[in-house]
Amino acid sequence: MPIKSYLVHPVKGKKEELLSALKEIVECEVVPAENQNLLALVTDTPNDKEEEILKEKIEAINSLELLSLVSGYNTPQN
Amino acid sequence: MNESLTNRRVFIKKMAMLSAMTAAASMFPGILFASEQEAGIPADANLDWKKGPCRFCGVGCGILVGTENGKAVAVKGDPNSSVNKGLLCVKGYHQIMCIQSKDRLTHALVKKNGKYVQTPINEALDIVANKMKETIANHGKDSVAMYTSGQSTIPEGYVASKLMKGAIGTNNLDCNARLCMASAVTGFLTTFGADEPMGCYEDIDHADYFITWGNNMAEMHPVLFSRMLEQKTRRGVKIIDFATRTTRSSTASDRSILFEPQTDLAVANAICYEIIKNGWVNKSFVEKHCSFSKGLTNMGYGLEDNYKFKDKPEKIDFEAYKEFLKDYSPEKVSKYSKVSVKDIKYLAAIYGNPNKKVVSYWCMGMNQHTRGTWMNNLVYNIHLLTGKISQPGNGPFSLTGQPSACGTAREVGTFTHKLPHGVVMNKKDREMAARIWKVPVEGIPSKPTYHATEMFRAVDRGDIKFIWTQATNPLVSLPKTGRYRPAMEKKSCFVVVSDVFPTPTSDVADVILPASWHIEKSGLYGNSERRTQHWDKMVEGPGETMDDAWMFIEVAKRMGYGDLFPYSKENHVEEIYNEYRQFHEGAKHGMAPLEVLKKESGAIWPYVDGKSTQWRFNSKYDPACSNGEDFHFYGKPDGKAIIWQRPFEDAPEKPDQEYPFWLNTGRVIEHWHTGSMTRRIPVLHQAMPNAYVEFHPDDAKSLGIRNGENVKVTSRRGSCTLPASINERGLPTKGQVFVPFFDENMLINDVTLDAFCPISKEPDYKKCAVKVQKA
Repeated sequence: MPIKSYLVHPVKGKKEELLSALKEIVECEVVPAENQNLLALVTDTPNDKEEEILKEKIEAINSLELLSLVSGYNTPQN
Repeated sequence: MNESLTNRRVFIKKMAMLSAMTAAASMFPGILFASEQEAGIPADANLDWKKGPCRFCGVGCGILVGTENGKAVAVKGDPNSSVNKGLLCVKGYHQIMCIQSKDRLTHALVKKNGKYVQTPINEALDIVANKMKETIANHGKDSVAMYTSGQSTIPEGYVASKLMKGAIGTNNLDCNARLCMASAVTGFLTTFGADEPMGCYEDIDHADYFITWGNNMAEMHPVLFSRMLEQKTRRGVKIIDFATRTTRSSTASDRSILFEPQTDLAVANAICYEIIKNGWVNKSFVEKHCSFSKGLTNMGYGLEDNYKFKDKPEKIDFEAYKEFLKDYSPEKVSKYSKVSVKDIKYLAAIYGNPNKKVVSYWCMGMNQHTRGTWMNNLVYNIHLLTGKISQPGNGPFSLTGQPSACGTAREVGTFTHKLPHGVVMNKKDREMAARIWKVPVEGIPSKPTYHATEMFRAVDRGDIKFIWTQATNPLVSLPKTGRYRPAMEKKSCFVVVSDVFPTPTSDVADVILPASWHIEKSGLYGNSERRTQHWDKMVEGPGETMDDAWMFIEVAKRMGYGDLFPYSKENHVEEIYNEYRQFHEGAKHGMAPLEVLKKESGAIWPYVDGKSTQWRFNSKYDPACSNGEDFHFYGKPDGKAIIWQRPFEDAPEKPDQEYPFWLNTGRVIEHWHTGSMTRRIPVLHQAMPNAYVEFHPDDAKSLGIRNGENVKVTSRRGSCTLPASINERGLPTKGQVFVPFFDENMLINDVTLDAFCPISKEPDYKKCAVKVQKA
């Protein structure tokens, strides 16, 4: 059950749009920086395949410029 | 089972989020994630939020700690605090994660036959009191010493001073703030006759320029730096970084100007030269409010034991000062400072422009300097010559590194020469202390004894036979620890350490006392802008942990001084603060009543008629001004601030053929000082697990050193092996290496030099000569 964290760089001027799009995705927890064009993102998925699908879904968001992995954890299933 | 896995998963998600934010903090200067502080807290959580100040740096951010079932579970910035306006830095919002560390000191430990034995705290306090009494009986009052902290609360510092100076009758009390801001104190006192900045953080909202002198605010004071960046975005203010190393602050500034170590003295004089030459002096301000003086030069560096120095100030006039500055033309200074003539003139033009408001910020770069007092004087000179002082957006502002370096070390006075009001050398100050403490005035000695470095030298010599340290880790933080570690291990000195976690200092203790962490006790801190902040105890500490103030009181009672410490266990913080306030009554330093501090997120002293004084010495804001003029520097008998003639003098040790590099030491954003707390916060520790040595890429190339390769850094005093860091966090100038000091496994202070400013006695951790070789 992977848990990963990312730094998410929005397209200039589209931080709010990206924030809204990520908040719509149930596997995502997102926190915007107050004073920089950047978001911190944590994803929580049941397995590696779902994680891969989610990553593709995030990368398809138009307001996203760059998704940069920070950390990855794998926990046992409940 | 499911519940524990869910909890674990929630925890891991929080860790993952913190990892992302920590990574961001190391990449983007001043970045803040305010809403994170609420994230991860379940919507149905029934948290009780209590206010207090942050445990870490001297900025003094207001925090709200969420407690549930007697445990601290969340931290967020206090939106009512004018300091941080609801924001916190990466260390701030992780702070409570250290208190449940597995190796937390929960019970007293007493060394018996070479092994630590868990001992009931009352028994341990008996041992401490008996040992102190026995040492005094056998060797005299000055054979016992106490070394406290800028992290001690105001009541803790106060009872330490009362016990040592009032009850026992020795001035053998000093603190770790000697290592970080003593030069700021002597700078303020010599120029203004009154300690601490005249302005406040609201200056940030008014200034047009910020000039940072050897000060990496993006990593050390990130919340203030983020406020500056906000003004940069909103109003187009400019930040000029003047330093010896390119840092996160440099890259976020509008201009980075690098100088050769120690030559900041010359550049500051060159700025004054230019101000006078170009007619930018605010003549009416200088004529009304300033006088000129010079002091002794070639003072030495305090490298020898029992070093003594006393300055002999001599009045001079403006013409003599102008003549002195002829040696500091930009053209002359440029040759040895490596600052271009253009950049010196650029800095002078900023200060000299009458239509622009300028705030100068500094911290360790100017203070940890063998001419630290002079350097502070010189920046004041610039502001005084131009009249840019004590007004919103105009002023010199020394930042502090510890949460109560101002409130406790400077205001309560936990230095050898200080009393809660004034100094031990002054008869009236001793009389005031004797009256409030209810002790005979003859019992308070009139001569200072040991400042920090000299105190540990005295331990080494065998002159001090009992030392008690609290909330500090000198065997990581002192310079030249290679001398002081064996000194503290000697059988000639009985060592008591009270702390929250084990440290290399507690490793040499005869008795270890388990201290409460800040939210496990009530207390007060005073921050860099003269703001006093109170908090109530939020959670119970584990085991037999006890707050330092109560430990002192218990020991005082056991030593027979119970009558002088009549405080109750339940309300001692309140009772001590109310007693302490008497020392500062009046318009120049009145402290806010406790009822006010309990309600508000701090108040700035002088607190007069229910109001904080934001800008001292300016009659528009400061009710203590009484000369009928716009400004009144009432700290000096003639009401005038002093412009000091202070020359450039070399550092005591410079790179040479054998030791060809400058060594500069400092901090990183993830860790606070010696790392005893932040290295126990997993996400911060993971983000920055160990120290390193930074090289300029050209130096690394010529030495054949690659990134991550182990390198031995050696001085005439010792060596330290660390991995090389090239083009990563910071970039030293060619011929310089930089090492952070947070890592107790890589003790760079074995390498540093214990030279200090002869006036402030603050050591210089920024300059000594080293050689480097592959390990």
